[in-house]
Amino acid sequence: MRVTVRLFARLRDIAGASELARELAPGATIGDVWRQLAGEFPELSQYERSISSAVNADYARMDQVVGDGDEIAFLPPVSGG
Amino acid sequence: MRPLLHIGTDTLALADVAASLGDGAGADGAVVTFLGLVRNHNLGRSVRYLEYEAYEPLALKAFERIAEEVAERWPGARLALHHRIGRLQIGEASIAIAARSPHRGDAYAACRYAIERVKQIAPIWKREFFDGGDVWIEGATANPDDERARREAERLACA
Repeated sequence: MRVTVRLFARLRDIAGASELARELAPGATIGDVWRQLAGEFPELSQYERSISSAVNADYARMDQVVGDGDEIAFLPPVSGG
Repeated sequence: MRPLLHIGTDTLALADVAASLGDGAGADGAVVTFLGLVRNHNLGRSVRYLEYEAYEPLALKAFERIAEEVAERWPGARLALHHRIGRLQIGEASIAIAARSPHRGDAYAACRYAIERVKQIAPIWKREFFDGGDVWIEGATANPDDERARREAERLACA
């Protein structure tokens, strides 16, 4: 199955793209998507414990299973206001 | 008139955010507003300008959640929240908040609570361009279900 990954702020700078398409095995979790990306872009690993994640624009836990066509977002620590 | 919850590149004004709450049908006794500004210094750096970005659909949902938390914690209080994104110059407003309530104490508390919660859970980021470089500012790990963080915002609001 295929998902879209959205990256923001410094995560986007590290990966060099704000949006990536990725193929996943059925049953993959958000955490699996993250580990795949961190394998491609080792600099992402420093965010292992500080990122948040979302699926289809709702906050979600890293153990959530993703579905075909989902939009997965990884969010570094926020700094709005 | 702007909606209660808004994210955009247009400039912000306290009059707009206050007006978006309507007139309260005469039942309200207070409106408290907050305007967050781009400061020319941060951690010893001379700031030239900031660039804000947001994951807009999720940020608007976070604003909705904050407005719901306010309504639950201070019954009768209502919130309007406008955030600007894009490049902001020194002195420009990045966020405008208005809280309206029958009583001033609740309006003050709700307004302070809202800015603290935005900083905790809204997926918005600022990149600081200063003399000599630039850096993404990274604050809190966003977790709306972190009750300890929510209570800390409430503590600050009621201090």
